[in-house]
Amino acid sequence: MTVFVYDKTFEGLLTAVFDAYSRRSFPDLLLAEGEPFPLFYDEAVTICTDDAKADRVWKGLQKKLSATALSVITVTWLSELPEVDVLLFRYIRKAIDAPRTIELNFGDPDVLEVSKIWKKVTNERLRVIQFLRFQKAADGTFFAAVKPIYNVLPLTLPHLKDRFADQCWLLYDLKREYGYYYDLKETTEVRFEEKEAHLLSGLLSEELMDADEKLFQQMWKTYFKSIAIKERLNPKLHRQHLPVRFWKYMPEKL
Amino acid sequence: MDEKVLDKLKVLAESAKYDVSCASSGTSRKNQSGGIGSAAGWGICHSFAEDGRCISLLKIMLTNYCMFDCAYCINRRSNDIPRATLTVTELVNLTIEFYRRNYIEGLFLSSGVVRNADYTMERLVRVVKDLRTVYRFNGYIHLKSIPGASQELVNEAGLYADRMSVNIEIPNEKSLQLLAPEKDFQSVFQPMRYIQQGVLQSAEERKRFRHAPRFVPAGQSTQMIVGATPDSDKDILYLSSALYRRPTMKRVYYSGFIPVNEYDNRLPALKQPPLVRENRLYQADWLLRFYQFKVDEIVNDAYPDLDLDVDPKLGWALRHPEQFPVDINKADYEMLLRVPGIGVKSAKLIVVSRRYSRLGTEQLKKIGVVMKKAQYFITCHELPVRTINEVSPEAVRQILTRKAGRKKTDDRQLILQFREES
Repeated sequence: MTVFVYDKTFEGLLTAVFDAYSRRSFPDLLLAEGEPFPLFYDEAVTICTDDAKADRVWKGLQKKLSATALSVITVTWLSELPEVDVLLFRYIRKAIDAPRTIELNFGDPDVLEVSKIWKKVTNERLRVIQFLRFQKAADGTFFAAVKPIYNVLPLTLPHLKDRFADQCWLLYDLKREYGYYYDLKETTEVRFEEKEAHLLSGLLSEELMDADEKLFQQMWKTYFKSIAIKERLNPKLHRQHLPVRFWKYMPEKL
Repeated sequence: MDEKVLDKLKVLAESAKYDVSCASSGTSRKNQSGGIGSAAGWGICHSFAEDGRCISLLKIMLTNYCMFDCAYCINRRSNDIPRATLTVTELVNLTIEFYRRNYIEGLFLSSGVVRNADYTMERLVRVVKDLRTVYRFNGYIHLKSIPGASQELVNEAGLYADRMSVNIEIPNEKSLQLLAPEKDFQSVFQPMRYIQQGVLQSAEERKRFRHAPRFVPAGQSTQMIVGATPDSDKDILYLSSALYRRPTMKRVYYSGFIPVNEYDNRLPALKQPPLVRENRLYQADWLLRFYQFKVDEIVNDAYPDLDLDVDPKLGWALRHPEQFPVDINKADYEMLLRVPGIGVKSAKLIVVSRRYSRLGTEQLKKIGVVMKKAQYFITCHELPVRTINEVSPEAVRQILTRKAGRKKTDDRQLILQFREES
């Protein structure tokens, strides 16, 4: 069994692909630095992430796969699932070895699995876009907190930047403890050393709120209640479409 | 903005909720500089009401005063309900502020008819015009056209709205006249025709001038009430399919009848809205739009109503065992679509994947085919399975409609079918 140890970055993964081909030995297991090794292994290789090598692998992939398939790879990487690196390694290897593109061969278990994870991540992105709720703070900034399963914040930015172009906003990931701030021109990644209450709970306290914020939340709640048709109540369908994990941050469900 | 608007919002949302349409799809619009919002071509649902319906647009009426007296409508003149009217500024502010908080994708605006059709339509047009030109709102706008409104007003509204709709409500002119004495088919189809003319004309102009204004880019939709009149599913679906043949009709919605005016004895007294029938109609509608079915294959004189126990596609397959089994590795896309258990997505995946290698049941399962249904209708390169022709359509029907939870019978056991005497 061959074990590769790398730094769990995407460039690191691509470097691992490069090194594997140059060594002509392919890993059965990819580990992060410091992770415990399996009981038995033949060889352990430490990969030093090298942007030049990663770049060459990516350029090579561009010749083998369409732009869509490349974005599938990066999006799948953002799932941050524990086994996703091994899966992507196999996918990339198959793509490089095959004489023609493999991206549509859904009979292949790896291709199908990658496309399924991709679907899950893009679905999560859509849910964040659907269910994030901005609260207006007293200084005019709109604040929203989410706790997505996958690391999808970067994927939502183009949409949000286009849509909320004329307001400052801060979108914060409570799970990964980082966010993006938009200052009417561009978005910057932000991390906070000290966590104020709203960075932990996801909700602005009343002192921090804009004067009208409470009223609009009230209005939205009222609207949400009155738009439902009592004769057709269907709580199961409701939960299916609007997963409970989002309720904590949505004024209509508070 | 104050408490008064809150009360109005409550009243007017209650009045608007029986409109089914809430789609925000069909238009893609980038944010224009200095403006707010965008429209994402596929539509986004921002919340879901407790009845499971999506909330994409702020669905609201400008006023719920109405001079019409339609028997099926909550806002009819003779009903004693709270009435309210929003001012243009109030409505515009509400829309923008909700939009900024990512509550909604845009506005769905309708209105009761006050004074006359044109007066009402004019006020609706003012709202959408203000939103687009003064507030530079780029979000989605769905505007109900008032039956009987003039062509000039429809033409102006179409420049600002993404989608327009006129509701047919009752699929049969005689019943419509009985239930809604102020309406006839003419007053519904005329505005539809205006919208269609506007769209076609603008498409023609945009061929010559790239920046000619778009007119109702997301097309039009309509709605029919199901179960308020004795019309059969055949009547409803024939009308829908005729509407879909028109170039701009994007969606026909079906709304299970909810007796909001129980005292009116022109209407049937239902305990429950006909939800299953509504669901089957939507399934049939999907077959028309995405599965390349002809309407007379789904309902015809021999089968005027949809089967409530099985979905219309399975119903068709059971009536046509001679078309099956379908060879997954050879059949063309159109035929794959007709296999119960295979949807548009799986059919497309099958078509692209089988170029690489032949597909077996394991792979089909992973692709997402519902093998529980599909197994009776397909063959792949594996050992022959028991298809509909060996098992008989009646038995397949019985197996597939068997209620979950009952004790499972062994599939390998021979089952003798006895016809039930009635």
